[in-house]
Amino acid sequence: MTAKDLPALGIAELQSLLRQREVSPRELLEALRDRIEIVDREVGAYLSLDFEAADKEAEKANVDLPLGGVPIAIKDIISVAGQPCTCASKILRGYRAPYNATVIGKLRAAGAIPFGKTNLDEFAMGSSTENSGIKLTRNPWELSCVPGGSSGGSAAAVASDTAFGALGTDTGGSIRQPAALTGIVGLKPTYGRVSRFGLVAFASSLDQIGPLTKTVRDAALIMNAIAGHDPQDSTSLDEPVPDYAVALDHDLRGVKLGLPKEYMVEGIDPQVKTAIDAAVKHLNSLGAEIVDVSLPHTEYATAVYYILATAEASANLARFDGVRYGYRTENPKDLLDHYGRTREEGFGPEVKRRIILGTYVLSSGYYDAYYLRAQKVRELIRQDFSKVFEKADALISPTSPVPAFKFGERTADPLQMYLTDIFTCSANLAGICGISVQCGFAEIDEKRLPIGLQLLGKPLDEARILQIAHAFEQSTEWHKACAPIAATLRNA
Amino acid sequence: MKYVAAVGLEVHVQLKTRSKMFCACPVEFGAEPNTHTCPVCLGLPGALPVMNHEALRMTVLTGLMLGCDIAPICKFDRKNYFYPDMPKNYQISQYDMPLCTNGSVSLHDLAYPKDAQKNIVTPDKEVHLVRIHLEEDVAKSFHFENSTGIDFNRAGTPLMEIVTQPEINSPEEAFAFLTSLKQILIYGGVSDAEMEKGQLRCDCNISVRPEKQAGLGVKIEIKNMNSISGVRRALAYEIQRQISALETGEKLEQETRGWDDAAGETFLMRTKEFAHDYRYFPDPDLVPVTTEVLLADVRSRVPELPKAKRARFVQQYQVSAYDAGVLANDLVLARYFEAAAKGAKKPKNVANWILNDLQNALSGAGKTISDCPIPPEALDELVNLIDSGKISGKQGKEVFAEMFATGKRAAAIVKEKGIKQLSDLSAIEALCDEVISANPKAAADFKAGNVAPLNFLKGQVMKLSKGKANPQLAGEILERKLKS
Ligand SMILES: [Zn+2]
Repeated sequence: MTAKDLPALGIAELQSLLRQREVSPRELLEALRDRIEIVDREVGAYLSLDFEAADKEAEKANVDLPLGGVPIAIKDIISVAGQPCTCASKILRGYRAPYNATVIGKLRAAGAIPFGKTNLDEFAMGSSTENSGIKLTRNPWELSCVPGGSSGGSAAAVASDTAFGALGTDTGGSIRQPAALTGIVGLKPTYGRVSRFGLVAFASSLDQIGPLTKTVRDAALIMNAIAGHDPQDSTSLDEPVPDYAVALDHDLRGVKLGLPKEYMVEGIDPQVKTAIDAAVKHLNSLGAEIVDVSLPHTEYATAVYYILATAEASANLARFDGVRYGYRTENPKDLLDHYGRTREEGFGPEVKRRIILGTYVLSSGYYDAYYLRAQKVRELIRQDFSKVFEKADALISPTSPVPAFKFGERTADPLQMYLTDIFTCSANLAGICGISVQCGFAEIDEKRLPIGLQLLGKPLDEARILQIAHAFEQSTEWHKACAPIAATLRNA
Repeated sequence: MKYVAAVGLEVHVQLKTRSKMFCACPVEFGAEPNTHTCPVCLGLPGALPVMNHEALRMTVLTGLMLGCDIAPICKFDRKNYFYPDMPKNYQISQYDMPLCTNGSVSLHDLAYPKDAQKNIVTPDKEVHLVRIHLEEDVAKSFHFENSTGIDFNRAGTPLMEIVTQPEINSPEEAFAFLTSLKQILIYGGVSDAEMEKGQLRCDCNISVRPEKQAGLGVKIEIKNMNSISGVRRALAYEIQRQISALETGEKLEQETRGWDDAAGETFLMRTKEFAHDYRYFPDPDLVPVTTEVLLADVRSRVPELPKAKRARFVQQYQVSAYDAGVLANDLVLARYFEAAAKGAKKPKNVANWILNDLQNALSGAGKTISDCPIPPEALDELVNLIDSGKISGKQGKEVFAEMFATGKRAAAIVKEKGIKQLSDLSAIEALCDEVISANPKAAADFKAGNVAPLNFLKGQVMKLSKGKANPQLAGEILERKLKS
């Protein structure tokens, strides 16, 4: 194994090399740095890197810890003390987080080394990372396509071998959808499973931090480190955390998988549908029982999601006003002008659109018709899932109705973009867990673009969907394929 | 035409918790600016609030003290508006489910301003409350020549908002309400309620209407009053201003006014057109909690309230209703009295000493009962020495002065100075004989039926004994001898 081969490895493989002292944490960082230099010019996954600090951590790294010496990339919406936390927004220009998010403390306690911050849609609002106010991130499989979003930087980094694993955040699909579009694994934990302290809030009742990795086992390893109760986040659940990695090896005999009829609708790309059908058959052949189920309120999910998420966002983003940190307009006439211009100049169009929408749905006279009604329907959606989970252990669907699309293809019509969340946002509304794992390719213009299979699990049943995803992954070859830009270097 | 005023108060009370409402920063008045801050109370990106359960308990305790209904669930909402004092540009508050509803405060005579205590319109008036809710305080701006600085030490301090019904009908009643409320808050240990430290702040909603008109007049709000007497003055000004306006046929509009204490005037701040739409919605960062456990914790913390204490003092210590009122007015004074009166044979005499000599000495020395140099048991010892005839009342005052100045105990001072009352009959009789023979004219006058010389002769006996003779005994013996 040479330094050139290191970036292609997953976390589990790295661990054995590190523990046998065949490679040192510093050598790993070195290899990663070299690879980023070559690849990231084209992919654009990273917003900032701090190898100096990472090297220092690597020197002291205890490789016998669960993630000892493993570098992890962090979506640039999670606070790492001393590092920028831009949320890909001009409004946080110059801001450095003065404290660590709880997940960063937990990652470090497990021995992992955060070394760089990845690109995203501004404040995690978007499904293609095109809403980044800083730069473009390209899909490593096809550079003219988007990597998905909002955790597009984290997904593109893992898929292009410039990260062994990464943290992302998922508010309506922002981990699972980019994982699907870049052919990797992405897990959205149950709401409250992972602390949100230090995660810059987009929609507080929907946001969750989770891993993006090359394999299901790696996702389990990161979950082992970051899951658990945090007294600093009163929405975090005080429930025991199982060892997700130990629980992986489990066959699928007797497992009931529900196929929600509302998720096999028109508008799904035919190649995606074919891949999902084949995945269902395959899971059945592994011993899983497939049952037809119904989530009758699915059609309202996107509307409910955009009402509640924007309402919460309108308040969450009010603090970005240029008074204490970040971007501040020049020579305002008065206080109102200061607020107006700072926010006008600092936020991008999609963020402004959502703040306005959220402000509107909370306004006096509209609150009952929008916000309150959306809360009631959210409860119905939650009940849909609890009923279905009486019949099925997990649900199967496509992660995204389409594979990666071209830049600009969906930006003109925000609704088109919002619809890429249709299979993912219900899980956030219901607070359940979900995972995306690769299940095939679409061939478009002679290019291969990955397709993701989504598994949705009961609250706190991450271990189960990891087991199913692992069984699927290990009995298929999809995870062995790698993006062309990474493949050329793997074989060089 | 006769007009009536209806006033409702919104009182903000800073709770005396050790840490802030949603973070672990200490609550401390007067610290260096921005030294008690953290990511949470600075509203930094990613920081999350966590409820301070002691603040919830103190609010529930206040609710219990004021006879409120306690909500089964404690829920917080976000109140959205932009202001530099508010780091998140929303305030975490309670909108549709306040912790406490209903309840009341009764106005005791002594809570009225001194000059108004003789003309109380409605004795023992009860002012009913609408609600009490909990929220976080904002930061404080300081305006400099060319800039404004913000001190976030105060940001996030637990703040209780107490809202009354518009049942207050005069500035004096408002004064009495605030004084009574403050007393109860201090009794419960939930706040020091010092207005000058901003621990108690008050907004007033005032409307004036012709006496015969049903329903309330136009509501005008006054903000920025920073003392209870300021509230009284502002209300007096504003009620008169509104009456004068109505009398000249002016139509009043709903508006918010400020109070300029130096000028003694209210001034227009904003009209209704600029009213905010606060867009309240439940704070998704804070999971609602049930109040059942809080209630159980707090029930045992409900103290004896001023009203009950006054009644008990009258009954248990035989003090007058007025004295009981003065003693119970100040919790520290009441505690001092009870500690001193506990073992006293005549607790009423202890009360007299406290309310007269001790209060005078304290105000003369610029001290309060909290830093009184005489511990209550020591005062009790002194009163006992007098009541048992061991020293005279006059000697007592001398001993008291010495105790107050040096902190020494009465017994030590008496011993040191050789102070004792001469109660030995034969010794006093000898002194009386000496005085009578030395003052034949006075003795003759008394015998002729003029009583006045008796006091003169008694004074001579006291003088001869260097003040040590028991004055009562001396009087009795003189009278007996002169009449025989
Ligand atoms: Zn704080």
